[in-house]
Amino acid sequence: MKADVLIIGGGLMGFSTALHLAMRDTRCIVLDKDSPGRHASGVNAGGLRQLNRHPAEIPLSVVAAGMWRHIRELVDSDCDTRFPGQVRVAENQTDLQSLEKRAAMLHSLGYQHEELIGREELYRLVPALARHCTGALICRNDGYGRPFHALDAFRRKARSLGVYYQSDTRVDGVVQDGVEWRVSTLQGEFRAPVLVNCAGAWANHIAAMLGEPVPLKPGAPMIMVTERLPHFIDPVLGAAGRKLSFKQMQNGTLLIGGAHMAQLDLLQERTEINWHKLALSASSVMTLFPQLKDVRIVRTWAGLEAFMPDNIPVIGASVTAPGAYHAFGFSAHGFQLSPVVGRILSQLILDGTSELPIDPFRIDRFA
Amino acid sequence: MFKRLDNSTQGRVNVTINGQPVQVPEGETVAAVVLVLDLPYTRTTPVSGAPRAPFCLMGVCYECLMVIDGKANQRACMEQVREGMRIECQQGTGGSRS
Amino acid sequence: MKQHYQLAVIGAGPAGLAAATLAAERGVEVAVFDEQAAPGGQIYRAMESIPQHRAGQLGDEYQRGRKMVSAFRASRAKYFSETQVWSLNGRRELGLVRHQQAHMVTADQVVIASGAMERPVPFPGWTLPGVMNAGAGQILFKAHGIVPDDGVVLAGSGPLLLLLAWQYLHAGVGVKALLDVTPMMNHLHALPGLPRALLAGHYITKGLGYKRDLKRAGISTLHNVRSLRAQGKDTLQSVSFLHNGREQKLETSVLLVHFGVIPHTQLSRVAGCRHVWSDSQLCWRPVLDEWGRSSVDGILIAGDGGGIGGARSAEHAGRLAAMQALYELGAMASDAQQRLARNDRKWMREELHIRPFLEAFFRISDDMLQVTDDDTVVCRCEEVNAGQIRAAVADGHRDSNQVKFLTRCGMGPCQGRQCGEAVSHIVAVASGKAVQDIGHYRERPPVNPLTLGQLAGLHPEEAE
Repeated sequence: MKADVLIIGGGLMGFSTALHLAMRDTRCIVLDKDSPGRHASGVNAGGLRQLNRHPAEIPLSVVAAGMWRHIRELVDSDCDTRFPGQVRVAENQTDLQSLEKRAAMLHSLGYQHEELIGREELYRLVPALARHCTGALICRNDGYGRPFHALDAFRRKARSLGVYYQSDTRVDGVVQDGVEWRVSTLQGEFRAPVLVNCAGAWANHIAAMLGEPVPLKPGAPMIMVTERLPHFIDPVLGAAGRKLSFKQMQNGTLLIGGAHMAQLDLLQERTEINWHKLALSASSVMTLFPQLKDVRIVRTWAGLEAFMPDNIPVIGASVTAPGAYHAFGFSAHGFQLSPVVGRILSQLILDGTSELPIDPFRIDRFA
Repeated sequence: MFKRLDNSTQGRVNVTINGQPVQVPEGETVAAVVLVLDLPYTRTTPVSGAPRAPFCLMGVCYECLMVIDGKANQRACMEQVREGMRIECQQGTGGSRS
Repeated sequence: MKQHYQLAVIGAGPAGLAAATLAAERGVEVAVFDEQAAPGGQIYRAMESIPQHRAGQLGDEYQRGRKMVSAFRASRAKYFSETQVWSLNGRRELGLVRHQQAHMVTADQVVIASGAMERPVPFPGWTLPGVMNAGAGQILFKAHGIVPDDGVVLAGSGPLLLLLAWQYLHAGVGVKALLDVTPMMNHLHALPGLPRALLAGHYITKGLGYKRDLKRAGISTLHNVRSLRAQGKDTLQSVSFLHNGREQKLETSVLLVHFGVIPHTQLSRVAGCRHVWSDSQLCWRPVLDEWGRSSVDGILIAGDGGGIGGARSAEHAGRLAAMQALYELGAMASDAQQRLARNDRKWMREELHIRPFLEAFFRISDDMLQVTDDDTVVCRCEEVNAGQIRAAVADGHRDSNQVKFLTRCGMGPCQGRQCGEAVSHIVAVASGKAVQDIGHYRERPPVNPLTLGQLAGLHPEEAE
């Protein structure tokens, strides 16, 4: 099969890229070794967060935030998004000082989206919080969505614009033949002049085939979801001194993450929950919301994510092969960036340049 | 709907069901007790508010969720009645009273 | 409770009791974790507390459990009642909750003996208050001497239905009708299994005896019933169905249904054991060797949780699993194990003679399994109906898990126990594939209730 652009990976990065290309009349094929959104894109915590981003990601994140606000215009669905804001609470002086430093740093860079708030405002916004907190950093524009539904919306919109995708199709070879990429799979060969690597936790396999391997480490951060509860908290919550992400979803369930890792067997694609570590996340919740002690954990899981050593992704053109591009390694915080990443890649491919600064994300920065 | 074949006064305990005091046989599960008392439903669903009642009685259907001693989402078929127990129908989304 | 045992047995039904008793007799340190308050599992439920006259009404198969429970109690196996296992992994670490507290326990060998549950088959109106499983009726009867007081309609297919009708007859309960949905064609398809079934003739004569008693008592049994529907506003008021082409309706406030029995596989899945679809039993079952060893080292599965074989077969399977565990623990030599196993293997083979016949005879129709009515709720917890599931397939979601992600079916409190089977069937038909290719919901722990406070309690002094 032939197309203008061949995209490896049917998660959000892959479909966002395909969508933006298709919006500019480019024929795309998306290949995934499983089903669309089977991994990180489908099972992440759904955070739409600008708060506390690495400075390199901030310009992209701010643009992405605007895109999520108007996501219905892009993919004909609101992806069940809500924007009640996100807070990062301080529980003591040390926490507060680190948040003050962060706020100052951001303001010095010209950004206003992170704001320091005191006790009164914090407890006005999060009345259910335990009383020992001293303040917080807030991004009032942040929120959350439903990852699988977002992926599904991107997939359907892309399909409606002519994007062809194929599931259960694992790429086992990538070869450049003149100006054409030839990608081989058990289901046959695919060809295009442009190749995009959005293969998530497996992106390094593809990068290596292109002669530019990177120190990508797959990891599986653990998440828990509870039974439904009556609505009691609006903003998404994190804490300066803890690994915690805490939100109440549209349907009343609580989604609790904390960047604690499960045991991972990448080859078997099996994860095993580490209960002792997960107990630490539960303890954090107990300290911040002791009234939740009898709430039932209905399920735990750990999605496969790609981590880069500096915790920021690889975005940009290949340095070894013309006509190849990368977007992977989002280190468990790619969901929010996905709409803008697709746009950036489409610009790189069709215009040779991106309107946003992507130099910090170069694939050859690890040398 | 249901009755006890043997109404002898084995050990009895005092509980309240939706606020009403009732004497029930020791050792029975909450689900059994409410079925004999002909409760028309034991919970309403969070999605549509539809009335539901116990279904499997062995803990695998989670249909019999009730608020027991202030805690929501308790499987009535897995709880034995205790002296002073407060049993209430669960309306929609469960939640612990803080 | 200690932090480590040589052998952990999960479940105290016939398989668990037999395994634990045998292992304890041989001097191995055994702990039995049972969610019930007293041993017996479901089939021998309330064995220690049931008054004699009620036990008699249940029939002599039930009485058999008495010996098993006594032998277990007399053994040195440690019994932890009201204990739920919420996690088991490949390193045989168990997560438990007992008396509101969570614990982690490890074992050198684990026997999962969690048994089976009734096959959930959605039909119109099955979520109405007043519709329950036949097993629920049995539990009320066994454990509490509670029976329907205003008559009852029984519907479905399977030996348990017949047994319950017979038990109710002897307890003076008014059985308004027994609606047998077993398709007529099954009689034909079951014939090949009949010769072997006759080797377990006592089961057949017993079943025929029940039927005869019901007939003599004038209890109406209708065969080849189709299009079963429960009706009522907010609560069950009547049951409608087709019989011999004619539409019929029965007023009733209690309907007890039964569509066969399937293994509980939550724990075995979560532990990583391999499972396969059994078309003859219409269920997923773990892949086991002749000792009950699963695909995970040190984890054995015995009893109905490994595939439906009935209570007596479960006893033998429990003993065989214990023998293997003893061998692995170095507490029994290989030739002693082979010798000891001989009788249990023989008797288990005999017990299983009836199975192919029963499975074919009581096979649920494809129509019922595929939930042809779009408006019928399939996921009870999240109220997702068959039509929505078919729509998800039509939109490109081609397996149980994708359908679950999109519709939320299987994401509620029961985590797919009641809808998983039906969703696999519906998705298979809608996508033109076989059930084994559709797979089943991915199982994730905790498989039993665990609260945030209980999990946090694994570390009383928290340090993030």
